[in-house]
Amino acid sequence: MTQDTLKLWLIPLLPLVGAAINGLFGRRFKNSVVSAVALLFTGASFAWALRAVILGQQLGLPYDRALPFDWIDAGTFHVPFGFYLDQLSTVMLLVVTGVGFLIHVYSVGYMAHEGGYYRFFAYLNLFMFFMLTLVLSNNYLLMFVGWEGVGLASYLLIGFFFLKDSAANAGKKAFIVNRIGDFAFLLGMFLIIQHFKTLNFGGADGVFEQVKQISPEAGWGWLTAIALLLMFGATGKSAQIPLYVWLPDAMEGPTPVSALIHAATMVTAGIYMIARSSAIFSRAPHALEIVALIGCLTAIFAATIGLAQTDIKRVLAYSTVSQLGYMFLACGVAAYSAGIFHLMTHAFFKALLFLGAGSVIHAIGGEQDMRRMGGLRTKIPVTFWVVTVATFTIAGFPPFAAFFSKDEILWQAYLHNPILWFVGIITAGLTSFYMFRLWFMTFFGESRTEHVDAEDAHAQRSPLNGYADDHSHGSGVHESPWIMLAPLVILAGLSIVGGWVGVPEAMGGSSRFEHFLAPAIHTIAESPEITDRSMELAFAGVSVGVATAGFFFAWLLYYKRPELPARITARMHGIYTTVLQKYYVDEAYDLLFVKPLVALSTIVLWRGVDQGVIDGTVNGAGQLSKDIGGELRKMQSGNIRSYAAWVAAGGAVVIAYMIWTVIQ
Amino acid sequence: MVPLSWYLILSAILFCLGAFAFLLKRNIITIFMAIELMLNGVNLSFVAFANYWNQHSPAGELPALSGHVFVFFVMVVAAAEAAVGLAIIIAVFRARETLNVDRVNLLKL
Repeated sequence: MTQDTLKLWLIPLLPLVGAAINGLFGRRFKNSVVSAVALLFTGASFAWALRAVILGQQLGLPYDRALPFDWIDAGTFHVPFGFYLDQLSTVMLLVVTGVGFLIHVYSVGYMAHEGGYYRFFAYLNLFMFFMLTLVLSNNYLLMFVGWEGVGLASYLLIGFFFLKDSAANAGKKAFIVNRIGDFAFLLGMFLIIQHFKTLNFGGADGVFEQVKQISPEAGWGWLTAIALLLMFGATGKSAQIPLYVWLPDAMEGPTPVSALIHAATMVTAGIYMIARSSAIFSRAPHALEIVALIGCLTAIFAATIGLAQTDIKRVLAYSTVSQLGYMFLACGVAAYSAGIFHLMTHAFFKALLFLGAGSVIHAIGGEQDMRRMGGLRTKIPVTFWVVTVATFTIAGFPPFAAFFSKDEILWQAYLHNPILWFVGIITAGLTSFYMFRLWFMTFFGESRTEHVDAEDAHAQRSPLNGYADDHSHGSGVHESPWIMLAPLVILAGLSIVGGWVGVPEAMGGSSRFEHFLAPAIHTIAESPEITDRSMELAFAGVSVGVATAGFFFAWLLYYKRPELPARITARMHGIYTTVLQKYYVDEAYDLLFVKPLVALSTIVLWRGVDQGVIDGTVNGAGQLSKDIGGELRKMQSGNIRSYAAWVAAGGAVVIAYMIWTVIQ
Repeated sequence: MVPLSWYLILSAILFCLGAFAFLLKRNIITIFMAIELMLNGVNLSFVAFANYWNQHSPAGELPALSGHVFVFFVMVVAAAEAAVGLAIIIAVFRARETLNVDRVNLLKL
């Protein structure tokens, strides 16, 4: 066996050990011990990942090693317990461990006053384990294990404040909606097994190499089927139409969870999976069209909903859905590296936005409604500045990270189909508008916080003490402790410089990120050779213009003339309510799917099959033997003379028979 | 010479008397006596057969005693049974103050 110098399996294993220690014994630990354990193992995982990445560059990628035991070993079909490091998983690995570690640090401060402290960190470490398994696996099955595992961790963390009904329900909703997508993923895997006889990515007989041997004409039918099924799986995890509905509700979880799982890492798993399967998708152009369409629709759809939301975390949630739509769009136009690039920058700035929002919520005592914020700029200056960086990043101003990644996507979309670009640029304008709306509403204008300086805030503490996202400390507006601010500052730095690795050639860069990822992306179509670089610059100019327009309108409506929004909403009451109610999608799903399913389950499955057939059979069998026994019981009366009578009668019969035979 | 069939008929009558008494009587002592009656009915047929066998065996042969021995065994067993049975009856009577077997039904549900 070849030497396993990188020991990739250590990377996911370390957080698992942390989760086990905290989960099994954490109840007896002090909070400081719990956080030390959690940080130690996550940090060690990050360090080991760094070592693996650096060594891996020298050893040559892809690096593919299996542990000496199998997941499945059935005849000729093997699924190894193997880990795979290539350029794609390198990016994901560093994002997950790096951002994950920072959010762990932040959580130490944010969760300090919550009950179930050890439980939170055990779940968070468990999530890291599954996410790293997903990212590092060398086959679809192990990836699916991680995929399901992060779903579990997400469920546990969304429902962390389990005494709150809405949180428990949101957890269930996330899990069930994800299961629908997972089912499609599973079917896709079955098709892959049927056609390729393996689930491994790399290697001479892996899926990637086999796909390359298939001519597009021979395989387009079932390759499209596989791609569509995988895509549907990705729409669940990455919150795309039609399965995006769980993500906004997932904001019931603690804010660091929203940052880590529902913004930076887990929701990008679908994008990662599509980029990972680029070999299959590139040979299924029709599936790619649908991916692009879904991404595009989701991007603008979620952005419009984001315009009207007033809960700061919900705005960010819809913004996440919208940004994920961008990544889907990038994958759909076969610009996988652009999608992964945006995934990386998005992980930085969206984690920053969520953590910043968490810091704001922390500062004003658990309030999440932006209408009750305002004027916080001077009171929490560090938070203000990092959120400002993040806001300018997501809006797409140069030289912040998302400018490069978003522009790359829009440019690639334009090359594919100008309509996609148009929708994308509109979305960019909407994004800029609602983000600056958030920015102005939170940090500028009059303070609308209610219990600022209210010393009786302690008296208002929620009755769910310790089990609700409750951050009132009764000390008025206050800046968060350094342990929460340090990750914010680091992420802000990354949000600024993170995009510089992928500056396109048109702007004097060298598209290093794209070239770096190229070996891991298996496309067939060469990207069209563009001679006119000035076009790309012009498009970048347009996006900056649109972002500025968004800024201007937000400034006008929410800073200069704050009475205007109310008048506009009054004028367009119907549309406004529809958007505010999220286009009634949840209600429609409820009517179309949930209610009929519940009715079907109640009438047919419960009353009919379960109570009628199954209970009927079981109870009938019981009743039958009871009746037979009741009859037979009468023979065993306990009356000796009746037994004796039976013996005598039997004897008489025997004698009669013998006499009868003698007479014969 | 009384023919064998007479003995057997008497034996059957005794056995049947015992059997019917066992089935119909409720007094436990009567039942006990009925059992003795059945045993002795059988004993009678044993000795009758033994006698019949010896009369019809060739001359000069020693008489076969199996039938008689059987009867002694039955008597011994019956005596032992009577000893144990009567002891039980006395114990039951002390406990329940009745000799009616239908009333001795504590183990019944």
